[in-house]
Amino acid sequence: MLWNLPFITVVVLTLIGLVTVLLKKNIIKILLGINILQSAANLFLIALGYREGGVAPIFTLAPSELMVLPTPQALVLTSIVIGVATSALILSFAMVLQRKYGTVDIDKIRRLQG
Amino acid sequence: MSRIVRTAADILYPAILIFGLYVVAHGHLTPGGGFQGGAVIATGGALVIVAYSYKEITGWLKKNVLLGREVIGLVGFIGVGLLALAFGQVFFFNYLAGSGSLFGTPVPYGINAGTLNTAGIIPLMNFAVGIEVWGGLTIVILYMLSGLEKEGC
Amino acid sequence: MKKMFVVVASLLIFAAFFGVMAMTLTFGSPMVTDMDDYFLRHGQEQTGSNNQCTAVVFDFRAFDTLGESTVLFCGIMGAALMFRKMQGGEEYEDE
Repeated sequence: MLWNLPFITVVVLTLIGLVTVLLKKNIIKILLGINILQSAANLFLIALGYREGGVAPIFTLAPSELMVLPTPQALVLTSIVIGVATSALILSFAMVLQRKYGTVDIDKIRRLQG
Repeated sequence: MSRIVRTAADILYPAILIFGLYVVAHGHLTPGGGFQGGAVIATGGALVIVAYSYKEITGWLKKNVLLGREVIGLVGFIGVGLLALAFGQVFFFNYLAGSGSLFGTPVPYGINAGTLNTAGIIPLMNFAVGIEVWGGLTIVILYMLSGLEKEGC
Repeated sequence: MKKMFVVVASLLIFAAFFGVMAMTLTFGSPMVTDMDDYFLRHGQEQTGSNNQCTAVVFDFRAFDTLGESTVLFCGIMGAALMFRKMQGGEEYEDE
């Protein structure tokens, strides 16, 4: 079972992220759960593209010519940047909500103004 | 912040800037590229913002200049791709690789030491994306600080 | 209590599904590698760069990078627009 360790880590991280998003009441903790879910998805994509005994796909002074797959690494680069944009948006929402309602508890933010 | 922190930030900021520009410029030879180098440069800016108070920073880092930098990055990225239509090829075609002009030394297959003059329009795109990420991340920090100072929460 | 029961049951179903999937994947031998073999064999003379990840991101798949730059730009615009007050035309932050 130990040879599948990256995939077992992906399952554990996904479950932790799901529990945090579903069961917590603070907006900042929900944002941390979303970040953990994104990390699990990125790790899964990179672990899919590994070749046994391969090196990084760069031709500058490379040790050998057996290389890992470069396409999942390109997709993960895009995903990390989108995670940054999502986190920035949710944090600015949380700041404006705290100024208006006085709390960041999602059970108390229920009235629609206007 | 105290005097030690301010002096250390003053000494470290040019070193971080040069290292970030090195990671951006050598994106086609070593690990790195546009996004990674832009994040490194924005970290240097965040160090200076943390060391000095917000009132001393507003005279030096202006919001309009940073917004303009982000817009120039994205427009430059699209412009480099649209310029390929003037050469009769498709959108985002690599019209400088293999030819003899600005970045176009041909590279045969195999392990070599790497020269800087090689990869076509990829270094230009690296610079455009690096400028965009630098302006974007710094302006998020500045706007959040200004929203905090006004209300005092 | 009913909400906790539903949440725990759904989490157990998710754990079983992901566990079966994690056990049947092999780590170290991907199944289909035709596209990446083409990228590794012909990428260096067609694009001229030594770094194959940068060649894939910026030359073979440049449309994805264009979409990602647009998403980053729009996200930062949205985060910067939250700190304005639009009543009577007065601005919220001072320069």
